[in-house]
Amino acid sequence: MSTDTTTKSPEAAPEPPPGAASKKKAVTRGHRRLLTRRDRITLALMAGVPTVLHVALVWVTALASIALAFTTWDGIGFDSIQWVGLDNFKQLFTDNPQFWPAVQHNVVWFVVLILIPTPFGLFLAVQLDKKIRFSRVYQTAYFLPVVISMACIGFVWQLVYNPDTGLINSIIGANKPGHYIDWIGNPSLNLWAVLIAASWRHTGYMMILYLAGLKSVDPSLREAAALDGANEWQTFKSVIFPTLRPTNTVVLVVTIIESLRAFDLVFVFNKGAQGTELLSILVTNNIIGESSRIGYGSAIAVVLLVISLAVIIPYLVATFRKERRA
Amino acid sequence: MQHTPSGPSLPSPSRRSLLRGIGGAAVLAGAGIPLLSACGGSGASSDPKTVTLGSNASDAVPKKAFTEVYAAFKKQSGLTVDVNTKDHNTFQEQINSYLQGTPDDVFNWFAGYRMQFFAAKKLATPIDDVWQKIGDNFPDAMKKLSKGEDGKYYFVPLTTYPWAIFYRKSVFQQHGYQVPTTWDQLVALCKQMKKDGLVPIAFGDKDAWPAMGTFDQINFRLNGYDFHVQLMAGKASWTDAKVKAVFDHWTEILPYHQDGAMGRTWQDAAQTLVSKKAGMYLLGSFVAQQFTNKADLDDLDFFAFPEINPAYGQDTVEAPTDGFMVSKAPKNHAGVVKLLEYLGSPDAEETYLKTDPSVVAASSKADTSSYSVLQKKAFEMISGAKSLTQFMDRDSRPDFTSTVMQPALQKFIQDPKGVDSQLSSIERQKKTIFASA
Repeated sequence: MSTDTTTKSPEAAPEPPPGAASKKKAVTRGHRRLLTRRDRITLALMAGVPTVLHVALVWVTALASIALAFTTWDGIGFDSIQWVGLDNFKQLFTDNPQFWPAVQHNVVWFVVLILIPTPFGLFLAVQLDKKIRFSRVYQTAYFLPVVISMACIGFVWQLVYNPDTGLINSIIGANKPGHYIDWIGNPSLNLWAVLIAASWRHTGYMMILYLAGLKSVDPSLREAAALDGANEWQTFKSVIFPTLRPTNTVVLVVTIIESLRAFDLVFVFNKGAQGTELLSILVTNNIIGESSRIGYGSAIAVVLLVISLAVIIPYLVATFRKERRA
Repeated sequence: MQHTPSGPSLPSPSRRSLLRGIGGAAVLAGAGIPLLSACGGSGASSDPKTVTLGSNASDAVPKKAFTEVYAAFKKQSGLTVDVNTKDHNTFQEQINSYLQGTPDDVFNWFAGYRMQFFAAKKLATPIDDVWQKIGDNFPDAMKKLSKGEDGKYYFVPLTTYPWAIFYRKSVFQQHGYQVPTTWDQLVALCKQMKKDGLVPIAFGDKDAWPAMGTFDQINFRLNGYDFHVQLMAGKASWTDAKVKAVFDHWTEILPYHQDGAMGRTWQDAAQTLVSKKAGMYLLGSFVAQQFTNKADLDDLDFFAFPEINPAYGQDTVEAPTDGFMVSKAPKNHAGVVKLLEYLGSPDAEETYLKTDPSVVAASSKADTSSYSVLQKKAFEMISGAKSLTQFMDRDSRPDFTSTVMQPALQKFIQDPKGVDSQLSSIERQKKTIFASA
């Protein structure tokens, strides 16, 4: 984003604002005097360096990855790249036993995050907004999981869920032969076990976002609602929640991003074994490491990119339309 | 916004100096890029007194053992080995780009298919000249493991270890168990152990590779070494009735494996053997690392996986072998030859094993007098083998084993009944992977 603003500035600067037509002469003269050769070089560098970096690190790599999705390449020497057309996608959609479960799990991830930790985070935020005692302590406690890296969260929960020595199985006595509950390995349990860990973190994140939103609600609205005799639930439902619209948009976008980029937690938890396959993990397993199926992995990455674009483009279009209207 | 005539000129000096500062920073950053890329290049010049070596021996014990070996080499030849150690797994994951970039002269690697792959890709140098000197030190099975597909030598083995079924002597004694030598005896023993309240076979497949070891054992016992190699090399079909028979045998003993295996690491599974809750454990001899108590370690013993098909008996041993390869363009070729000749000598192996007794020497000439009972048995088992395998992920393409076989075997363990559709899925994926160059 910052790149975009800097790239715009050199064109924007010499152009006079359209409203200042009366002062046009004075302004242009001023600019001509201001922009020495040196300034121009500096500005070109300022705009150029970030643009080059942005293009090289974002666009070139993204386009290269899309191009590679139609090839097969083991990563050894550029001459071993072979064009295979849509073969990678064909294999992915028909032959890969992990692909469709992975898509499904990414969707489940989003649905669960939006249905459980998000409302719960909102609930906590509303409670903490009431100036109760030790509010700061609670805030910190709920927010702490967000500060911890996902990999650490995965590691900690993996200890909790360990079938032999983990906290849960030890307490309920499910670590004896015949009574095992395999939280990490059982494909009908492990996704939910991971999602509990993910929700544990996401709740804190949502709480902070909503708390910030609630702090910016005009107190006079509450006062007016109180004067009209609205009870607490009515005030929240009809007055406070509607004013949280911008926060809700942010929350939605953040949650979508979280569910698409979900990776580290699961990778540490059980490396995306059966039951917890995710698109990001399939990409990693195919590209990184000795496997080096770079073309095939890129095809999975392209699928992930298409899904992300399908979600992000409508959002950006809507936002820009709103901005233009404003 | 009101523009006073003096307005824009006032902040401009500060803004300009700010711009200058940023521009300067950008130039600096730009200058930094070539500096950084310079770091990537190997700084070592072709000093005739040093040989560079890329090592994956990041664990404390092997690292120390290798240091001793290189010190002994320096004393003998006057050449310094400049070791560049990377984390074991990272080394393995980065091997492709490492070998294409500016690799060290010599690097640690594995025998068998994984070595042949890089040899065929011309990322390694043949070392037939070295083998003319060291050839007599190794048994034929090791020689076979050190050759590329073109028949040239590319690899110098140093150490090896066997996969077998581990058990505790005291547990077998207490219950009066006999070491099983045939499949039927193994199944009967499993049943008996279950009756006696033991977990017959300890098992943990969270890391996804231990199950590959079980497959290997049943496959080469049932179908023989040649078929196993064909299957691993992608030549035989996974929908072959022979492969189905492997999974049928596995299904027969699967109920006697420790349940909850998918969430358990091999270390945790080994602990059940340590605590005498489990009767047997099929794993590599590194399982001994988990026996920290000397008395427990002395109680540990192992036997070869029982015979299934009398035509093959117990002639194959899974013995992953570690050693050295030479990168595509070593800077100090004369030094490399000297180093490899030393590493292929019994002397180097004895020096290594003094510090790391968890493995055995690959050479048949190395002195075995300092071996522990377990090491002696391992050494005999390996040197008596007709053929040696290297473990599935070293005998086959790593892209196939990691992206297809690991998830497939995990799925089989969860749902042994769905094996037919799984095998056809494996075969389809195998065809596309092995079809790509």
